[in-house]
Amino acid sequence: MKILVCISRTPDTTAKISFTNQNTTFNAEGVQWIINPYDEWYALVRAIELKEKDSTTIIHLINVGNNENEAIIRKALALGGDEAIRINSESNDPFFIAQQIAAVAKDGYDLVLTGKETIDHNGSSIGGMIAELLDANYISLATKLDIENGNAIVGREADGGEEKISAPFPLVVSCQKGMAEARIPNMRGIMAARTKPLKVAEAVQSESFTAVTGFDLPPAKAGVKLIPADTPELLVKLLREEAKAI
Amino acid sequence: MSVIIIAELSEKKIKKQSLEVISYGVALANQLGTDSIALVMGETVDNLSSLGKYGLKKVIHQQHTASMLSDNKLACRFIADVCTQEQAKVVVFSNSLLGKAVAPRLSVKLRAGLVTGAVKLPDTSNGFKVRKSVFSGKAFADVDILTPIKIISLNANAFEIIQQSDAVAEVVESSIEIGAGTLNIIETKKNEGNISLADADRVVSGGRGLKGPENWGMIEELAQALGAATACSRPVADSNWRPHHEHVGQTGVAISPNLYIAVGISGAIQHLAGVNRSKTIVVINSDPEAPFFKAADYGIVGDAFQVMPKIIEAVKNLG
Ligand SMILES: Cc1cc2nc3c(=O)[nH]c(=O)nc-3n(C[C@H](O)[C@H](O)[C@H](O)COP(=O)(O)OP(=O)(O)OC[C@H]3O[C@@H](n4cnc5c(N)ncnc54)[C@H](O)[C@@H]3O)c2cc1C
Repeated sequence: MKILVCISRTPDTTAKISFTNQNTTFNAEGVQWIINPYDEWYALVRAIELKEKDSTTIIHLINVGNNENEAIIRKALALGGDEAIRINSESNDPFFIAQQIAAVAKDGYDLVLTGKETIDHNGSSIGGMIAELLDANYISLATKLDIENGNAIVGREADGGEEKISAPFPLVVSCQKGMAEARIPNMRGIMAARTKPLKVAEAVQSESFTAVTGFDLPPAKAGVKLIPADTPELLVKLLREEAKAI
Repeated sequence: MSVIIIAELSEKKIKKQSLEVISYGVALANQLGTDSIALVMGETVDNLSSLGKYGLKKVIHQQHTASMLSDNKLACRFIADVCTQEQAKVVVFSNSLLGKAVAPRLSVKLRAGLVTGAVKLPDTSNGFKVRKSVFSGKAFADVDILTPIKIISLNANAFEIIQQSDAVAEVVESSIEIGAGTLNIIETKKNEGNISLADADRVVSGGRGLKGPENWGMIEELAQALGAATACSRPVADSNWRPHHEHVGQTGVAISPNLYIAVGISGAIQHLAGVNRSKTIVVINSDPEAPFFKAADYGIVGDAFQVMPKIIEAVKNLG
């Protein structure tokens, strides 16, 4: 089993969100960068768990980004990837990025894993695009993934419940909560990661379908209206008459 | 040329989120001077011609879906066929499970730029700029779609449902054959609890401040009285006080109901990231310094165990 795990770099979940250059660029000053939590906790860790069950499993990591991304790629290798490839590009167009990943994934990978979305762009679109480019099946928002008799058995969120699906390979899966338990890299992993291969390749030719032209922040809330704790029924009155929410 | 709107069914009825996306698609078609067509997949008990009252001219209905709604490869192929037939200029989805599964595939198949999580109509004065939610609701990005065909998925509760008239839409039964896929659906399970969190208009949510799962009776009682879904903070799900599918926030479900009531939740930044798009936020917390009050519209500084029974009673008395 050959698994390709897509790793994206995102600002830490507590990062202050602001923009510079007349609201066209994310202000990265003082921002800590992390592996996108869905990629790390669910996609990568599940791949590692599958390798622990079957040691012949090979896990490769792929990141599309500039060389500032190498710290998080090393961290992912410390958690357990075998080797990594970075496609040198600054693009943030989902189609362009999916093309880069598909160009690598078509080289004999059985399973491509992504997180359900990145916590910065909230696109949730790379996995489906890769699948269409590979003409493979795609299971989105998966909560469970096992391999049985040469097929993937995948649990996924469905309207108001869950679905259990059996799918042949090659397969693309986007992963979310439920898939695996988050881990932290240990010392042995960190040492080993230093010598694991991290290849860099230039981007393949691709069109871009979209361009981000600017950012904006939501208007500030007007401020909370406090209701005395001894008259909570007043809250219900305000929700009905003022907020028209009930 | 047309705007194709993907309308979804739940329990054989058009979803509320789909009425939002229909209203959005109709407004967009008017803006572009073209027609709007809704595509409905699956068996329905609704009279589809009545969707004309939202301004739709035409509804295409595909009665037999086979496994298409679970198999996005089949759904993508079908929708692409309809788009070609109707010369689609724009396709709009809800940013729902179906939208997330199918829209990216369709983007590649039609070579059409995709923006997911749109929050308003595009600015078409110079290009085709779609405003979308980014950084988990903490900011917006304007994204220009550069391709001739465009695909948008619309966030829940971002666009108001607009009824226009008593007009009747033409309903066309589709005759496209749905092929067979290679996915095999082994099992489908419904979550307990009546209202699904993602579709809920109102949500009552509990945090660690409630001390233990035995105290969730009041959360459920208020939810029931309001017709709301129940949710919880991450540590509550992690401690198995509540099922995992109730966990909202940055690493759980992101929701945008009309009303979100948070009881005994501190309002950590990761929690807010999943709920900050709610229209009205109510916070009940014993600590006046709890960060959640800064993001709230209404608040009560008080002990949930004292306050909640009175709120439940007042809601029940509303009639
Ligand atoms: C990477 C990352 C991702 C995360 N993702 C999420 C996520 O998706 N969702 C999420 O929720 N969290 C998430 N967290 C965790 C988050 O940081 C907080 O720890 C968590 O939200 C706190 O949950 P809580 O408010 O229920 O508990 P606490 O922070 O313990 O707050 C309990 C609150 O209850 C109040 N309280 C106590 N007793 C009473 C009473 N009798 N009546 C009224 N109020 C009372 C207290 O004043 C306090 O404010 C994430 C953390 C990290 C690091």
